[in-house]
Amino acid sequence: MYLYPVWIRIWHLLNALLFLILIFTGISMQYTAMDNSNYVVGFAKAVKWHNAAAMTMVANYVFFILGNAFTGNGKYYKLKKGSLLPDLAKQAKFYCYGIFKGEKQPFPVTEERKFNPLQKVTYVIAMYLGMPLLIISGFVLLFPKLAIKNIFGVSGLLMNDILHISMGFLLSIFMLIHIYTCTLGAKPGSLFRGIITGYHSSEED
Amino acid sequence: MIIPTIRSLFFTLLAAVAMPAMASPAGFKNGSPDADDSAAFVSPFYRDNERCFICHGQKIYKYKNETTGQDIKEPMFSERIINRDAFYRSNHKGFSCVDCHSSGYTKFPHPGELRMEQMYNCIDCHGNDEKFAKFHFEEIEAEYKESIHFKLEEEGFSCWKCHDPHSYKINVRNTRNLKETILYDNNICLGCHANYDRFQLLTNREEINIVKAHEWLPNQEVHFQNVRCIECHTKINNNILVSHLIQPKEKAVRLCNECHSQNSILMATLYKFQAKQERKGGFLNGIILNESYVIGANRNEFLNLVSFIIFCLTLAAIIIHIIFRIRMKK
Repeated sequence: MYLYPVWIRIWHLLNALLFLILIFTGISMQYTAMDNSNYVVGFAKAVKWHNAAAMTMVANYVFFILGNAFTGNGKYYKLKKGSLLPDLAKQAKFYCYGIFKGEKQPFPVTEERKFNPLQKVTYVIAMYLGMPLLIISGFVLLFPKLAIKNIFGVSGLLMNDILHISMGFLLSIFMLIHIYTCTLGAKPGSLFRGIITGYHSSEED
Repeated sequence: MIIPTIRSLFFTLLAAVAMPAMASPAGFKNGSPDADDSAAFVSPFYRDNERCFICHGQKIYKYKNETTGQDIKEPMFSERIINRDAFYRSNHKGFSCVDCHSSGYTKFPHPGELRMEQMYNCIDCHGNDEKFAKFHFEEIEAEYKESIHFKLEEEGFSCWKCHDPHSYKINVRNTRNLKETILYDNNICLGCHANYDRFQLLTNREEINIVKAHEWLPNQEVHFQNVRCIECHTKINNNILVSHLIQPKEKAVRLCNECHSQNSILMATLYKFQAKQERKGGFLNGIILNESYVIGANRNEFLNLVSFIIFCLTLAAIIIHIIFRIRMKK
């Protein structure tokens, strides 16, 4: 089943690479040592790479939003109010219990339903809440003059940085879980193959 | 060495001991005045000093030509104008002009030989004096003699090029607003390093361009507003509050890590006086957070721990899930 058109695959690959660069350079900045010895790269290089990767990721994010707005891909991110909670519970139960018993996926992938309810909710939170917060707080760090000086007696720049690193951390945890759940396809490598070739192979194939 | 007059010693003592009673309760700290008590200060030499300020306190001065009887108006050389308000806010506000300058200046026209008058340096009054021991003037003097500025002494460099005795006031030690202190201190450097008229008095260099020289510095304006020039351009000395060992530009701090790290040099420079509080709300180098925020230097130990626990729990959940999947396959 052809599920991932070329533009999504390019966006996804670029997003993954940029996110890795941003994680490593972000950690390098946050945990830098005076002798420049800690972690992946020194502070100055980390800042340059982080800024360049971030700007590219913003462009890539805009590309994703426009892609979702002007192609059919946006429909996969629409949440249905009525059955959302029971569906989430059903999917969570499958991941925590049913999967070990060899049960079938409660929401198998179709051309109309690319994501199961749990995927859909986490992707919506990550892409439409986490990413904008990460990008806006990142812009303020890039242009510190934009920061609100004082928020209830605390430096606005500090609050902004805590927001940025918290969002970066949570999205990194999301990425870790995302990579693991991608091994839960028909075979451990089949979902990875799908995002490269564009074709999804289901358990029935 | 020039011996300070008995009068100046008396008024130094007066400034340290008697003035707090005249000023507001918070007026004097550590024996030195800060800006807020200046409004309440009335110099006992106000009238005497006015004899000088009547000419040197404004751009135009007047005198009567006793030969012709004419009233003459002349412009005062800008270098000879003393800002009266700045003087009475300064550390030396309790002094009479003739404590430091020859009493010969009380005559007008001033005798020509007074142009050769030898001026005091800081150490002449402040050196080897128990009362000023905490300021470590002797060590400051030794640092100055090692600094790049000392090499210009033959060209006319002296303490006064940075610390104008008519307006200088102690800053970082008493600061209530670090941003203003940073501005004040940086303006001391910029007085020459951004003003070619003054700069060329001591050097033959044809151009000075602070902005261009610091082009490599990201967010240059933010750095200039939040740290002093001396943070990067002096060698740290733990014994004195403000290092005076200005280094050649090749030795200036250029590695971001030196400030943006857990063991940030800012704690030994800009925040040295306040650094008694090591941490604030779990933040490393927390005292910086009162005024600013420095990436890399201000990470929070509590957030570090929480994020480490979340990361470990996520990893553990994944590993347990993998183990169960493997067992199911068997």
